[in-house]
Amino acid sequence: MLYRAKSGHPGGSLSAVEAIVALYFHHMKHNPKNPKDPNRDRFVLSKGHAAPTLYAALAECGYFNVNELLHLREINRMLQGHPVCTSIPGVEASTGSLGHGLSFANGIALAGKLDKKNYHVYVMVGDGETDEGQIWEAAASASHYKLDNLTGLLDRNFLQIDGKTEDVLRLESVRERWTSFGWNVLEVDGHNIAEIIDALLAVNDEKNKPSMIILNTVKGKGVSFMENNIDFHGVPPNEMEYKLAMKELDTAERALEATF
Amino acid sequence: MANPRDAYGEALVELGGKYPTIVVLDADLSKSTKTILFAKKYPERFFEMGIAEANMISTAAGLASCGKIPFASTFAVFATGRVYDQIRMDVAYSEANVKIFATHGGISVGKDGASHQMIEDLALMRALPYMTVCAPSDAAQTRRIVELMATTEGPMYARVGRANAPVLYKKEDLEEILIGKGVMLKDGSDITIFACGTMVDQALDAQEQLLKEGIAAGVVDMHTIKPLDEHMVLHCARHTKGIITIEEHSIIGGLGSAVAEVLAEHRCGVKFKRLGVQDMFCESGEPEELFEKYGLSAAVIVDIAQKFIKSK
Repeated sequence: MLYRAKSGHPGGSLSAVEAIVALYFHHMKHNPKNPKDPNRDRFVLSKGHAAPTLYAALAECGYFNVNELLHLREINRMLQGHPVCTSIPGVEASTGSLGHGLSFANGIALAGKLDKKNYHVYVMVGDGETDEGQIWEAAASASHYKLDNLTGLLDRNFLQIDGKTEDVLRLESVRERWTSFGWNVLEVDGHNIAEIIDALLAVNDEKNKPSMIILNTVKGKGVSFMENNIDFHGVPPNEMEYKLAMKELDTAERALEATF
Repeated sequence: MANPRDAYGEALVELGGKYPTIVVLDADLSKSTKTILFAKKYPERFFEMGIAEANMISTAAGLASCGKIPFASTFAVFATGRVYDQIRMDVAYSEANVKIFATHGGISVGKDGASHQMIEDLALMRALPYMTVCAPSDAAQTRRIVELMATTEGPMYARVGRANAPVLYKKEDLEEILIGKGVMLKDGSDITIFACGTMVDQALDAQEQLLKEGIAAGVVDMHTIKPLDEHMVLHCARHTKGIITIEEHSIIGGLGSAVAEVLAEHRCGVKFKRLGVQDMFCESGEPEELFEKYGLSAAVIVDIAQKFIKSK
């Protein structure tokens, strides 16, 4: 997708894959035939630059034709560079300016409480994104309103555009920060789907507190030369890199299939 | 005299009974914005967000995505400039049914000084695609605008001032007040004054003074700055010799600019003057003192109107 679009954000898209797969294919109650079902679980991609992963999941689920994925970021096509809720089926919130999504998810959770609905709202936040002050306004608000129908997924890949998160604006201790804001905090291997699902099931039982699942991830996961390489935050692969990446991913896919 | 803020709070209570989907959010100013009236009546539908305006706006958008009609309130300076990006992404771009109702707009906030005197909010909100922008002129009209906000789908912004204002409308006039329709309060064949918000009263004052001098000035209450009532602007441009706009806002980007755009694009060639705060910040002081010092008064309108009539 990104190779064809000749722009986009491969690193943060790849680090988010397993969590988004776990949510859409194993955990959330949702119906691609009725994207606006009032009882659906919701997913807000606050780190909107991981749009390709969200779009791929939505297309595979059947929200729209998978062929659309080949026209990411093209004029007169549906899939915008960052998610848009008004024109792309299944997208809950328009994101791309960082720091908004957690607040938006809080609104969904408050509405759920008000309407006594059983849906759950999930929101994925980038680790670099938590530099934004609004994230901490929202963190305080979610625990103040005891939003136990809200779960955050923090993509902890340790990198942002200008370098390592700890060099750009120190985040540690991430776990203690969220705990001190009144959140139930879990930590998993963000590339282990079984672990992610276990955590998602565990937070469903949490009462009176929002939960944050820290996903320990690798930026650019799955493509050797992109892994932990900040050069691939916002730059797509060139032709040679694309071919190499596809070869690696195909090999990984075959290896995975062989285990079934 | 009546306070438009009280009218807002009372309208919310009334509409809250009629529309169970209305929810209200405030950022630690509910006593001043009067959303406290709603909070007391419907505590489960009122969300105190604390001094965290960005979170308030995006949360309101999330509520709207679930079918609620959120009214988010704080002072105009915090309700727009501070949260421009949140409004841009989560309200305007998302075409969310969020209603931002701001109080303490303009310089009549007074003694708090320029930090709290919001004179760019109409410009900021007007620039946003899909955003409706209103500045009602009295308590009765405020009540009507709030009702229209609740019943009209889409992103909307409205602002009122802090102070009491003379009541200009009777109850029976209110049904004719519609979003995007200017109200011709006075007919006049010589010049037309377009005003919004607190300045409508000054325009009416100027109209009386001008009448004594034999100048017939029309007064139009342009409570909706966007979408602008272009038809009304063009009608007045064709039937009078000069147009004056006045607003409690910067002369850049608000009502005056909106009217100027229409006049220029239609080659009206009519005499034209924008009144409002010049390209500057003001200072602490009593509202009346500030209006006088910064040229937002009936006297300035009269002066300009006289010059229009004298000059060829």
